[in-house]
Amino acid sequence: MRALLLRDIRLAVRAGGGFGLGLAFFLIVVVLVPFGVGPDSGLLAVIAPGILWLGALLSCLLSLDRIFALDWEDGSLDLLATAPLPMEALVSLKALAHWLTTGVPLVLASPLFALLLSLPLEGYLPLVISLALGTPALSVIGTFGAALTVGLKRGGLLLSLLVLPLYVPTLIFGAEVARRGAEGLETGVPLAMLAGITFGAIALLPFASAAVLRVNLR
Amino acid sequence: MELNVTGLSVARGGIPVLEGLDFALRAGEALILRGPNGVGKTTVLRTVAGLQPPLAGTVGLEREAMAYAGHADGIKSTLTVRENLEFWADVFGTGEIDAALAAFDLAALSDRAAGALSAGQKRRLGLARMVVTGRPVWVLDEPTVSLDTAAVALFAQAVRAHLAGGGMALMATHIDLGLAEARVLDVAPYRAKAPAHDDFDGSFL
Repeated sequence: MRALLLRDIRLAVRAGGGFGLGLAFFLIVVVLVPFGVGPDSGLLAVIAPGILWLGALLSCLLSLDRIFALDWEDGSLDLLATAPLPMEALVSLKALAHWLTTGVPLVLASPLFALLLSLPLEGYLPLVISLALGTPALSVIGTFGAALTVGLKRGGLLLSLLVLPLYVPTLIFGAEVARRGAEGLETGVPLAMLAGITFGAIALLPFASAAVLRVNLR
Repeated sequence: MELNVTGLSVARGGIPVLEGLDFALRAGEALILRGPNGVGKTTVLRTVAGLQPPLAGTVGLEREAMAYAGHADGIKSTLTVRENLEFWADVFGTGEIDAALAAFDLAALSDRAAGALSAGQKRRLGLARMVVTGRPVWVLDEPTVSLDTAAVALFAQAVRAHLAGGGMALMATHIDLGLAEARVLDVAPYRAKAPAHDDFDGSFL
């Protein structure tokens, strides 16, 4: 199991692996927003939590179709399906590798990007916590979408349409944590909801992803 | 250990292609499937390997005994030959790749990125994967595509070594491998008769 995780991370960071894609997209969104809404730091501070969460979500979405598409194209997915690894473990590892190569860099970079949007000082910790807690759900839900669309040529559009509604609860509660944090309010309730969504997704969705992957490989 | 395929019917895209297929393989035996293009050889091999369920009939051996090699080699072009093989050795829990590199004459290429290999070299790498799986039944789909005669001989030798070690091999191929001991089964007579009208896809039930 460790071998698969290490391979996926290695493939992601080598040339053409798309490691920096999400991060670059996140940076572009954050840099362009002040040009769009004007440089008023009061206004930016108000919208910063929402923009940062939206940027993180969209950059996550950008790399989803790579989760299974590359392995499908070169035949590795068939071979992995016949390997001693249970399909549920395979999809969980794929989601974990996606989170480590996409979600974690976003979480680590978010304080820097928050600076660009003049997020109030007390908002940094809630922002990082909410992203750290919410991005695993984005990866797990995205893996489910990728499993549904594996084998479809250019399935990226369908994948986005399938996954976006499933992302909404994570976005609502994640951005709510960041917003309340920035305003110095209590964040306990949305944080608990966010954690519940994430852990629920991690616990349940791998079974669904494995089931649809089995059907799609036939 | 014995592979007993009885009354196997297989479908591709919801349409039955072959039905009533029976064959048995004992340790040390090889079976070559023959038949025209599109008759369903690949579908039979995928079914035996456990990648899709049979319409009817049984394979009679659990999928954990099978190692499958399809048309695509499952090679990652940014990893080296060694890294590719080590990955599969780790996944299958064998961890030993030098014998496989030697069997397919890949030792000299082991540090080259797999993307820089020729088609025949890639195929050899794909076949070397079968050795590192350590599984008793090799299920091979057109294993000799893009191999030259020397590489075909290497492959035949690897299959023979596998059979000598008590393994089995089931393959679909059109060329003569020089495996005189292998039995040949022509699947064309097992072609499915009338297509079933019930095209309801039960996959998502």
